[in-house]
Amino acid sequence: MSRRWYEAGPLPAAHTTRRRDTRLTILASLAAAGGLWLLQAFAGGYVVHMTCVAALFAVLAVSYNLINGVAGQFSLEPNAFVACGAYVTALLTLSPAEKAASFILEPIIWPLSVISIPLLPALLIAGLLTALMGFLMGFPVFRVRGDYLAIVTLGFGEVIRVVANNAQAVTNGPLGLKGIPHLTDLWWTGGLLALTLFIIVRLVNSSYGRALKAVREDEVAAEAMGINAFWHKMLAFTTSAFFEGVAGGLLAHLITTISPSLFTFFLTFNLLIIIVVGGLGSNTGAFLAALLFTYGGEWLRVVEEPLNLFGLHIPGIPGMRMVFFSLILVAVMIFMRQGLLGRREFSWRWLWAVLDQRRP
Amino acid sequence: MLEVSGLTVRYGGIIALRSVALTVAAGEIVTLVGANGAGKSTLLAAVSGLLRPAAGSIRYQGQEIAGVGAHRLSRQGLILVPEGRRVFVNLSVQENLLLGGYFRPRDAVFNEDLARVYGAFPRLAERRRQPAGTLSGGERQMLALGRGLMGRPRLLMLDEPSLGLSPRLVAEVFAIIRRIHAQGVTVLLVEQNAAAALALAERAYVLETGRVVLSGRGRELAADGRVQRAYLGMG
Repeated sequence: MSRRWYEAGPLPAAHTTRRRDTRLTILASLAAAGGLWLLQAFAGGYVVHMTCVAALFAVLAVSYNLINGVAGQFSLEPNAFVACGAYVTALLTLSPAEKAASFILEPIIWPLSVISIPLLPALLIAGLLTALMGFLMGFPVFRVRGDYLAIVTLGFGEVIRVVANNAQAVTNGPLGLKGIPHLTDLWWTGGLLALTLFIIVRLVNSSYGRALKAVREDEVAAEAMGINAFWHKMLAFTTSAFFEGVAGGLLAHLITTISPSLFTFFLTFNLLIIIVVGGLGSNTGAFLAALLFTYGGEWLRVVEEPLNLFGLHIPGIPGMRMVFFSLILVAVMIFMRQGLLGRREFSWRWLWAVLDQRRP
Repeated sequence: MLEVSGLTVRYGGIIALRSVALTVAAGEIVTLVGANGAGKSTLLAAVSGLLRPAAGSIRYQGQEIAGVGAHRLSRQGLILVPEGRRVFVNLSVQENLLLGGYFRPRDAVFNEDLARVYGAFPRLAERRRQPAGTLSGGERQMLALGRGLMGRPRLLMLDEPSLGLSPRLVAEVFAIIRRIHAQGVTVLLVEQNAAAALALAERAYVLETGRVVLSGRGRELAADGRVQRAYLGMG
């Protein structure tokens, strides 16, 4: 049977700047590494700490955006994944002596009581276990869509918190884990951020990413195109769980004390704000908004300081920055419905075009 | 190529199709006409695997496919072009077309097919970087057709390709369908525009409230008094 429907027309020119883009990406990564080195060498501990937090939030936002923004599956579970990663990593790296000392309500169960391994394998195990949890969660969760999906995933997030509170022989219950070695530094967080961006951006730009967007746009039409919507959602969910787990592990080794109250719905809520403000579906937006959120939250501490204005003394009001934060959010939602970037992404081609226009 | 028998589809308690039988032979162009709500789109959804039938058999190339998922069937050349507006509006024209051939390796044949689609629809080539949401109704229909063709259909099922198009565009779309068919693709066409569909099709079925009430050669049906009164606005 002949398969020629039409005469072939001219094929549009392909994107031929790949080599230049790769070089620019490598250069930018080296520049970023140089920046980290300068920070490490010259900046104070506070700036280093905030940069680590910002990088981890960027990792969380970009991975959360994969399932919520790119695949369009409105889910509310990252606090569960972060908690899982944080607990697993911390339990694997804590020294047996430290564990014996902290677990005062109930002694820690056997294999965990003697295990103590380096950070890298602990992070890998945490990431894989969290991914496995996401994978298993996916089967019941993706039987529903839309609001129901949000509710079911929210439920799972709460379940993890409740388990962490009550499984005292494993998690030390509400007392949490203390004395986690402070191993997270700029290189760990920067490295994880680079790896996350590399893998997730490649995934989004691949044919899988295109299929994820198709599922977001119109699941029925996507199925008719030969896309198995369920497995694509699972792919996005599991990938996102892996990175959120690893980020949780690094977070535990940054703040050195974790407890169930750290992983409430508010963590998810903050991440949701970040990806919505950045522009749902945009990796660049998620990245930038995460940096704005963490650094901005610190800068806004200014408004909580006592203030002398025209002879009028205003005492510092704790929590005032949350008011400002909300106002900024409201403004973004009114004036930029699609978030800061909408669905646009940074690309070297775009930068090139901007620079080209400036040239006389 | 396609044999449907005893097909019954329910939406909850409502029966949308009652024991429908229909055949499409390889190389044919068959049309299904009927009023709104007659069950035409439901039939296509069931055949393409988007809906699970309550009863009955659907055989495609000799194999039973009732209940097999849509994403599997499209890989076997059973391709549905859903109603006109169902393109991925936030994705570019090119991305839409690439998704049409999602399960195919991106090789020389794939690129050749892409070039053919652009050759057939020059408007799409001009707008290939634009979001599909910026296209006009006619252009979206072209895109939906082109996207379907990217899957290398053996049996192409078209759901209301003339919906919302101007008469001139309708003629153009039907000319394209005729060309696709002339290249050896079997076509199952669902239409409200009975006059155009009956003129194009070799055989036709008339669906009314979930049942096949008439079937026969396209031209004979167009001459049938009942069809003329009910669907062609005559007599």
